[in-house]
Amino acid sequence: MWWCMVIGLLLWIAPVALGLELDEAHHLLARTSFGGPPAEIAALRPLSYEAAVDRLLNGVRQQPRTASPTWVDEPPPTPLERQAMSDEARKAFREQVRAHAFALKGWWYQEMLNTDTPLTERMTLFWHNHFTSSLQKVKWPPFLYRQNLLLRQYAVGNFRALLHAVAKDPAMLLYLDSQTNRQGAPNENFARELLELFTLGEGHYSEQDIKEAARAFTGWEVERRTGRFRFNTREHDDGPKTFLRRHGPFDGDAILDILLDQPRLAAHITEKLWRTFISDTPDATEVQRLAALFRQHDYALKPLLKALYMSSYFRTASNRGTMIKSPVELIVGTLRLLHVPVSDPEPLVRAGRYLGQDLFDPPNVKGWPGGKAWITSSTLLARQQFLHRVLRGQDMASSTDGQMAPGLPAAQFAHMLLSIAPVHPLPKDVEGRILLEHLMLDPVYQLQ
Amino acid sequence: MRRRDFLKLTGLAPLVLAVPEVYGQAGGVHWERVLVLVELRGGNDGLNTVVPYRDEPYYRLRPQLAVPRQSVLQLSEQLGFNPALEPLMPLWQARELAVVLGVGYANPNRSHFRSIEIWDTASQSDEVLQEGWIARLFAKQKPPTTFAADGIALGLDPRPLSGAHMRTITMRQPQQFLDRASRVQPTVVSTTNPALAHILAVQNELSHAATLLQDKLAGGPDQDFAFPATPIGRQLQVVATLLTSRAPVAVLKVSHGSFDTHSNQRNTHDRLLHELAEALVAFRQAMRTANLWKQVVLMTYAEFGRRAAEKR
Repeated sequence: MWWCMVIGLLLWIAPVALGLELDEAHHLLARTSFGGPPAEIAALRPLSYEAAVDRLLNGVRQQPRTASPTWVDEPPPTPLERQAMSDEARKAFREQVRAHAFALKGWWYQEMLNTDTPLTERMTLFWHNHFTSSLQKVKWPPFLYRQNLLLRQYAVGNFRALLHAVAKDPAMLLYLDSQTNRQGAPNENFARELLELFTLGEGHYSEQDIKEAARAFTGWEVERRTGRFRFNTREHDDGPKTFLRRHGPFDGDAILDILLDQPRLAAHITEKLWRTFISDTPDATEVQRLAALFRQHDYALKPLLKALYMSSYFRTASNRGTMIKSPVELIVGTLRLLHVPVSDPEPLVRAGRYLGQDLFDPPNVKGWPGGKAWITSSTLLARQQFLHRVLRGQDMASSTDGQMAPGLPAAQFAHMLLSIAPVHPLPKDVEGRILLEHLMLDPVYQLQ
Repeated sequence: MRRRDFLKLTGLAPLVLAVPEVYGQAGGVHWERVLVLVELRGGNDGLNTVVPYRDEPYYRLRPQLAVPRQSVLQLSEQLGFNPALEPLMPLWQARELAVVLGVGYANPNRSHFRSIEIWDTASQSDEVLQEGWIARLFAKQKPPTTFAADGIALGLDPRPLSGAHMRTITMRQPQQFLDRASRVQPTVVSTTNPALAHILAVQNELSHAATLLQDKLAGGPDQDFAFPATPIGRQLQVVATLLTSRAPVAVLKVSHGSFDTHSNQRNTHDRLLHELAEALVAFRQAMRTANLWKQVVLMTYAEFGRRAAEKR
């Protein structure tokens, strides 16, 4: 810690010719990681901007480092097993599912706190908010755990592969009712969201396309005994379909490939990434350029992300501190910043819920609306309350006294913590925890 | 806007408490009036709340669960209250209570989660909206800016009151809210950063609400209403405290439950209904004492009303 700070300080005073400025390093980490603890900022500073971006994107972890909960391979009870339960057994079973759901949320918080590649988590959060599924509906935590593994495996991988995999993911099959999508009695839920949210966006398909796609996905189901995907050909409608002006006896995979042929898909995903990493207002021309690049690389995400982070729209100084941190970004970012060891993530799960982002339980299939919607009078008070508690060491295993930045001048310290200048001017001659409190309770701390 | 329009829009109320002239009145906007929403969380069993005691299929489908004909509190030739609602009978007789039947939406969704979202946003069943129905209503007809807040939700979930332009505060206890809000400094800074501008605007809203509530509560009458010591009793006591202090607000929301009971249904349901009835009676008494009852409409609602046949 100490020596990192000293190096950081030296670099701040005398920037290396090709190195990153403090504010730019801070901005990059704020948007792509969970902000930058001083040591992480310092590690990027000697690099060129492009080298810093490459460093973030390379070696991104695909598996979690946090040990999985013990119950993640259990298949759900069959309807017969459920029926055989006594009232008490059923009650105990529900309690257990609830406890596992809570533990699963805590598990993800632990991973976000401990990971060495926070970009994996930012992208897994992105996909969780794109290919939404919720415990409320799926009711079986192991399925959501496995979906999370899938999302992080492909987090910065290939979108084509991810789309095909998610469409067969048990949590997704249950969340959007593929389970009841049968030949002769199609359930259109998955097909509708596939077109509206996951691939093309509204206005780029017809109601008839939804109906035809739903037919193509009939028979995609979760096998009850194993809890795995199964293509049940007896429930599958193999008749001819017309989808996006093409004709054929399409199955689900064929529908996904037709969607991947639409230029609109790349633009839709690019726009959504733009809203996550750059701003609420994607630039149409730049989106076109990036989407074309995405297609050239056959939906590899790394080149697209690199181009997004290299884009002048991302880098321009006027873009700093213009996005509101999500609750999870605020919670995890703050604890990583202060090196708060967390032995029990339960208070974090509760905090996330109070702040308006209950992991694995997005409000609906559209996910969390984000942006300004993160901040209401009640969530703002809850954010302040959370920061007060952390600053006082409540709920957490340790106090944060004096760990941060021994001897660093207040102005530099502000640059480490905040994306832009604080609203409330720094009082004179403050340091240590008082300074920390001043900066973290400033409205600007809510921004990235 | 008339109160009646309100109720038409919601159209989901098994129980509405108010004196009749309140929603019989025409004219402009009456912001001196207050709507109190009581969410019955988890899906209240409507058929065991307002019992169709003349209905043969009801008794056939619910051999264990039906409310026996002889114990029903008669409301009409066909319908009667669950006896647990006995405390409400004087309100019924005084014509201060209405039961609105058969209200729902097409293709009901059996997920608690999704169904309450449909009610809260008044969306179609195949449509997902982000803003609550009150928030969308108030977007067209804004409550006065002199109000402490447009809406106050007790507990966590302001959903029907939540929307981008609705000033809703949530609290458990007014004092706790005031303590927390007192840390927020109102700030006058001009900025071209829309995200920062939004945060500062919300901060100023909070300070505004806290300042006004602080004054009203400090100057309010002594509160010595007797409320039952149940969660719903305590919440309605807070509502009564706010209203008798003349806290300027348009809508308040409380919740009661959970009605999502899977075993021992009759006993649990009866207990919840009885707690509700006792809390409502205490609330009405507090409002009458403060001479506010004519200004208040209170409405209960739930995400769905349970199937006719009991589970085997």
